[in-house]
Amino acid sequence: MKRLGYIIQKEFKQIFRNKSMLPIIFVMPLIQLLILANAATFDVKNIKFGYIDYDHSSTSRALIEKFHASTYFNVVANYPSQKLANESMQKGSVDVLLEIPSYFERNLQNEKFNNLGVTINAIDGAAAGVENVYVTQIIQSFNKKLMIDLLQVSDQSQVQPINITTIPSFWYNKTLNYKTFMVPGILVLLVTMITLFLSGMNIVREKEIGTLEQINVTPIKKSQFIIGKLFPFWIIGLALLTVGLIISKLVFNVPMVGSLVLMYFYTSIYILVVLGIGLFISNFTDTQQQAMFIAWFFMVIFILMSGLFTPIESMPKWAQYLTEFNPIKYFVEVMRMVMLKGSGFVDIIPQLSKTLLYAIVMNGLAVWSYKKTN
Amino acid sequence: MMQENNVIQVKELTKKFGDFTAVDAITFDVKKGEIFGFLGANGAGKTTAMKMLIGISNPTSGEANVAGFNVFTNAEDVKKNIGYMSQKFALYDDLSVKENITFFGGIYGLSRKKIKEKSNALIKELGLEKIANHLVGSLPLGWKQKIAFSVALLHEPKIVFLDEPTGGVDPITRRQFWEMIYKASHEGTTIFVTTHYMDEAEYCDRVSIMVNGKIEALDTPKKLKEQFNAKSMNDVFLKLARG
Repeated sequence: MKRLGYIIQKEFKQIFRNKSMLPIIFVMPLIQLLILANAATFDVKNIKFGYIDYDHSSTSRALIEKFHASTYFNVVANYPSQKLANESMQKGSVDVLLEIPSYFERNLQNEKFNNLGVTINAIDGAAAGVENVYVTQIIQSFNKKLMIDLLQVSDQSQVQPINITTIPSFWYNKTLNYKTFMVPGILVLLVTMITLFLSGMNIVREKEIGTLEQINVTPIKKSQFIIGKLFPFWIIGLALLTVGLIISKLVFNVPMVGSLVLMYFYTSIYILVVLGIGLFISNFTDTQQQAMFIAWFFMVIFILMSGLFTPIESMPKWAQYLTEFNPIKYFVEVMRMVMLKGSGFVDIIPQLSKTLLYAIVMNGLAVWSYKKTN
Repeated sequence: MMQENNVIQVKELTKKFGDFTAVDAITFDVKKGEIFGFLGANGAGKTTAMKMLIGISNPTSGEANVAGFNVFTNAEDVKKNIGYMSQKFALYDDLSVKENITFFGGIYGLSRKKIKEKSNALIKELGLEKIANHLVGSLPLGWKQKIAFSVALLHEPKIVFLDEPTGGVDPITRRQFWEMIYKASHEGTTIFVTTHYMDEAEYCDRVSIMVNGKIEALDTPKKLKEQFNAKSMNDVFLKLARG
């Protein structure tokens, strides 16, 4: 145990003495949190909207007015012709085009029916879907108002149309604030990245400068050395979580509905998984560069398959099976569950037990693959 | 018996990397308190052989006992009884002299009191009072070597292994370094040293010369010179290395 203390002491000294590392460990992640949480939003806003009005009637102008009034749309242009409108779409200066045909108003009054053309730039399919919903909503509400107007004018005796409307109530994130959803996830990424890279490169660094050989000639036990090496990063990971949680509360006002103790308990196990992976990587590499590349490889896969940016349910079956091996997935789930839903210990048992198993396996592999003798 | 006196016993020790035989069935003994020079050209297999003896490289075949323990089966016991200083003087550049001493003392399991004593004695002996709190990275190479050697002796090992300890320093510093080696030897520590400076070979009690993984000659410098009818160890070495 005493030997362990000497290693931990030495590691902390080296970390805090490294003037270029400290900002990387603490300042960079926080800047990332501040920037990413604001930028990585899937809210579809400021949609570039253009229209072609062949009708020039009061009804068509009223419809356009609806789009002007919407906070989602920026009405950028009124095109005199389809051709010019298409050119704009090609250039990317407009994303949604509404085409109001001639005799729009007259047809509505006479035939109670008319079609509108809507063209949407669907390179980003998800955004296009959302834009379509917004356009449809505006047109529907316009339609309803129109029906009432028309009915009043023409046929009073007809039965009022029955409308079925849904009243959505959004749980856990009432205002549909994207940051509430993203901040816990980004926090997960930062804690993971920093601890993975630091632990992945730490032992390799000692290999590079030759001190690892010196350590291997001492009678120190593998487990002592490894625990001594990883402990400081475990502390750093938890410190990062703390700073991140404070920022998400103070800056982003993300609620912390669940128990902080549970959050820390889970995170402390989760970091062990990441440290185990980092150590495993550093056992199989000879230079920090190699370790960095491999760590990035896993990081990118872990991030994109974590359910942070895209729902896991929409992935193909085989990919869903793969995500079972993704520690970030569990952390994102737990973070969102505990922070936003207030889930308790029993709720996170599935994630917790898998993470614990993962930690045992990875650290077992890491200690096993660390060889004092080659 | 003779056996009791031999702190290193090596028999048919071999290390192969694929088809390449780096160390080819070497056999030798080192006596207690001896300064044993382990010579050879670059790539002759010196470092590989040494790594097997200090328990960080597994032999392909053969047998080796160091400080009474088998390097195959009891590598960790061997490690308690030996000191090692590599070509890289593997101290931590970002720790001070004192911190390096404390760290290595600590992982060899010395008590805090003992570390303090040792550390103070060592700093006084080497005249390091002024730079004891300087980072090792800022010190000149000669200092690093002396400190690394002292750190290797910190836990009072029976044998200390030095892998080309004097590479890249001036003759005066080398001379001072060898005085330290003599001192340790007088105090009963066995010294196992690799070098390719032939003048240093003259300082050794006995020398072995490795060529292409095999030990081609082993005796006192005086006898080797007689045997090869050479004026200096340099000539002995050239005759052997050229085949």
